[in-house]
Amino acid sequence: MADDIATSHPSRVVALAEAATDARALLSVRDLTVEFQTGQGRFEAVHRVGFDVAKGQVLGVVGESGSGKSVTALALMRLLPDHAARISGGRIVFDGSDIVPMREAEMCRIRGRRIGMIFQDPTTSLNPIFTIGHQLREGLRVHLGLGRAAANRRAEELLNLVRLPSARAALDKYPHELSGGMRQRVMIAMALACEPQLLIADEPTTALDVTTQAQILELLRDLQQQMGMAIMLITHDLGVVAEFADAVQVMYAGRIVERAPVSRLFANPAHPYTQGLLYSMPALEEEDPPVLPAIPGMVASPFAMPMGCPFHPRCALASDVCRAAVPPLNPIAHAHSAACWHVDAMMAA
Amino acid sequence: MLAYAARRLMLLPISLFLVALVTFVVLRLTGNPVDIFLDVTSTPEQVAALTEKLHLDEPIPIQFLIFLRDLAQGDFGVSLQFNEPALSTVFQRLGGTLQLAGTGLLIAIVVGVILGLVCAVWRDRFADLAISSVAVAGQSMPSFWLGILLIQLFALKLGWLPTSGAGGWRHMILPAVTLATFLLPNIILITRASVLEMSGEQFVIAARAKGLSRLRVLLTHVLPVSLNPLLSFLGIQIGTLMGGSIITETIFAWPGVGRLMLTSISNRDVPVVEAGVLVIAVGIVLTNLAVDLLQMLIDPRIRRH
Repeated sequence: MADDIATSHPSRVVALAEAATDARALLSVRDLTVEFQTGQGRFEAVHRVGFDVAKGQVLGVVGESGSGKSVTALALMRLLPDHAARISGGRIVFDGSDIVPMREAEMCRIRGRRIGMIFQDPTTSLNPIFTIGHQLREGLRVHLGLGRAAANRRAEELLNLVRLPSARAALDKYPHELSGGMRQRVMIAMALACEPQLLIADEPTTALDVTTQAQILELLRDLQQQMGMAIMLITHDLGVVAEFADAVQVMYAGRIVERAPVSRLFANPAHPYTQGLLYSMPALEEEDPPVLPAIPGMVASPFAMPMGCPFHPRCALASDVCRAAVPPLNPIAHAHSAACWHVDAMMAA
Repeated sequence: MLAYAARRLMLLPISLFLVALVTFVVLRLTGNPVDIFLDVTSTPEQVAALTEKLHLDEPIPIQFLIFLRDLAQGDFGVSLQFNEPALSTVFQRLGGTLQLAGTGLLIAIVVGVILGLVCAVWRDRFADLAISSVAVAGQSMPSFWLGILLIQLFALKLGWLPTSGAGGWRHMILPAVTLATFLLPNIILITRASVLEMSGEQFVIAARAKGLSRLRVLLTHVLPVSLNPLLSFLGIQIGTLMGGSIITETIFAWPGVGRLMLTSISNRDVPVVEAGVLVIAVGIVLTNLAVDLLQMLIDPRIRRH
């Protein structure tokens, strides 16, 4: 009987095996749940999310605002706003040790040293009253114990590394004296200062104009190849993922709904939400694009999460089972999983 | 920044002219000093002599011009109470006031910023609720009343500190603490609000993401950015501090400009009042200039002009 289930539902066995963390992975997240406590009540912004990032891998995380992708990133850094949010379950194993129960002092040795992070808006991410050099030196002095002169030399090297023009002069500049693109280069330099094994980039190009976006992405890709770090790239822009990531996972309403290697996801999207995202991308070759199809409806409110699959109110395929039960994230092909009751129908189509 | 300071200093005479005008008008509206300084037995000749000496027989506009001319030479006339140049009378007491106001301000800033930080760090916890509610209550408590209570407790009941007057540092404690309470509650509440507001800024999370500890981020990133609203408040409130000095110096019989002003006003010692008001006005203008320069020093974005 047990054999029977295993053969007819190979996915279950794999799902059970997956609950263990992957020792070879640089980052192995299992069942991560983040709970928010607000004036309007309690809700889970991230629900039992699990994924791995291998050494040197670029993982794209895609989803709309409110899908839980930024909250996941902050949870990995243990930087959730502590009066409002907490990790209520799960494990985050980074380089062999679980960081969820770690003391703050230990976390301080990981943040900025072994995991770097860059943020969406480089304008508000730099302290307006300190020079670029000062803000770059801080991390170097704390983590590497460099003296002022050594930290300054390293800071200049870093600015050259991120191809900031006239790096030496920029050290004495204040954030408001730089352009948005230059500020994001500074943020990248800061995040990479101690050559971290993992870089979390939370919408690194969203606040920039289109040409600058391309330059920053190119810079990130070059640095990734040069330094070999893993990157978790959070974005709502599938185009960015297509250019840059090795694997991609799609998040919706605090859950991972689909995960696949990039080429596979673009060729064979299995989840109706992923398909919706792909169809709402403008195709570059079209001179005069038609009106883009949009996914109908709104992201589910965390306070009024629908029963069953959280996507069903917006889904054309929704049936009774979708309204009754949350679909598990099951493997459907090699390295490809999706959380949809109608996956088979989708793939056949 | 130096050019800016120089420009601001060039505006100083205009501020002083306006202060002089107001002082001049108000003092002349409140009665004739001759009546106070000469008793009922004085002869009409004495009255005429004093009137002429104070130029009170001239038309008001001429009096003002004479006043301005003397002012330009630093000559406010001779104190009617002390029979010495009014300006030096004021300067003799200035040290006492600066000492008291400086100590009071220092206590208010140090204690206020620390308590404000404590409130912000332990927001909505016991420490915050306790300190904030005492601060709100303190805002509505008259400080002169606190001064009297302090005298009763520490000077009369316990006998630890002298009741009044000037001497060693022990004389300074009660008046300085009293004066500090004029500003302390607001400094606590402004620091708390400002630190809480700045703690939500993205650059605070970015600084933590670099691996800086919570305390280090609070002290080296959040606190400096939070100081500017506090400095603006202090610039505006320097007048309150002066008013507080008058009250405090009077309660504790502290020999300063504040108490001198009060007695000079009741005695209609016009030259001393005029000199005192102008010295205080210069002090307020210079303090505000210092506040602006400090803010520019802290925040480079203000330096652009």
